[in-house]
Amino acid sequence: MVNIIWAFMAIVGIIYAMINGTMEDVNEALFSSANEAVTLSIGLISILVFWLGIMNVAEKAGILRLLTTIFRPIVYKLFPEIPKGHPAIGYIISNITANMFGLGNAATPTGLKAMEEMKKLSDSPSASRSMITFLALNTSGLTLIPTTVIAIRMQYHSLAPTEIVGTTIIASVISVISAILLDRLFYHMNKNK
Amino acid sequence: MSFLTSISAWIIPCFILLVLLIASIKKMPTYELFVEGGKEGIHMAFRLLPFLLGMIVSIAILRSSGALEAFIHLITPLLVWVGIPPEIIPLALVRPISGTAALGMTAELTNTYGPDSFIGRLAATMQGSTDTTLYILTIYFGAVGIQKMRYALKVGLLADLVGIIASIIIVKLVFG
Repeated sequence: MVNIIWAFMAIVGIIYAMINGTMEDVNEALFSSANEAVTLSIGLISILVFWLGIMNVAEKAGILRLLTTIFRPIVYKLFPEIPKGHPAIGYIISNITANMFGLGNAATPTGLKAMEEMKKLSDSPSASRSMITFLALNTSGLTLIPTTVIAIRMQYHSLAPTEIVGTTIIASVISVISAILLDRLFYHMNKNK
Repeated sequence: MSFLTSISAWIIPCFILLVLLIASIKKMPTYELFVEGGKEGIHMAFRLLPFLLGMIVSIAILRSSGALEAFIHLITPLLVWVGIPPEIIPLALVRPISGTAALGMTAELTNTYGPDSFIGRLAATMQGSTDTTLYILTIYFGAVGIQKMRYALKVGLLADLVGIIASIIIVKLVFG
């Protein structure tokens, strides 16, 4: 899908430039934008290094584990089909907390572990209710600190790079709540079929 | 609503304070842990580079040719009628499909319209508040060999739509 979009944008742009007579602009933009992308990526290093450093301290100091105890009752409610104390619960919680702090790389392995455990529970090639709930939570992406976005805003000299943290958290909470509600809605609709 | 922007400025410093306090009380080697974790950031930035570059160049071609402008001009009346800023449409379409591609678009929009413009703030909020539905479903279901996704895709995409609409409304309310 992304392949089609990516190629489509460039193809349409070049063909349009032929008709519109803007080929010189396109040619110039090609190289200046590539240059800009490199500057941007290198610039991202500063905040990524800082944030991942802080998060490593937080993780080793057991702060993420502290959140685990807070989330456990909520997770039990959200996943009624997973027995209490099942290892899937632990993986689900660590996946969610890692996502909240923008630790995508730490989130994926625990997320895959959670899926494996849920697969053992359902033992079917078709997605189970718990899996769909888990992925609904994941795709709606509960975020507290949007690290890379802040880094991009810094790169382009924002006067207040972190001013979007508040709006991001609210938008993120709304999309998570709607994901949970939609998940419940579709579950009950499918059950009655 | 200005209190929301001041909270935004407080969250990160206060979180850092909390982390360093707890870690110091527990007698953890804070600086060494910081350095160890920070190394990962260098790899991450370089891993992102080709994704960002590809997407930024492709949009730059579309924009500089004049095609994007023509397209936006075409759909503007309809979108203005429902209250959606037309400039954000390419990002809204790509967001559920690819996270890194959307990050590239966010960067491009931030550069074109300025980080402190309405579009810049909206792009940032949209990028930060949802995750990549299609990518996550493919990776996670693929990894454990699930062939039937059932209603997972519907739930994910509808939640994305709600998130996008919520972003527009909130950014309008907070930053005007």
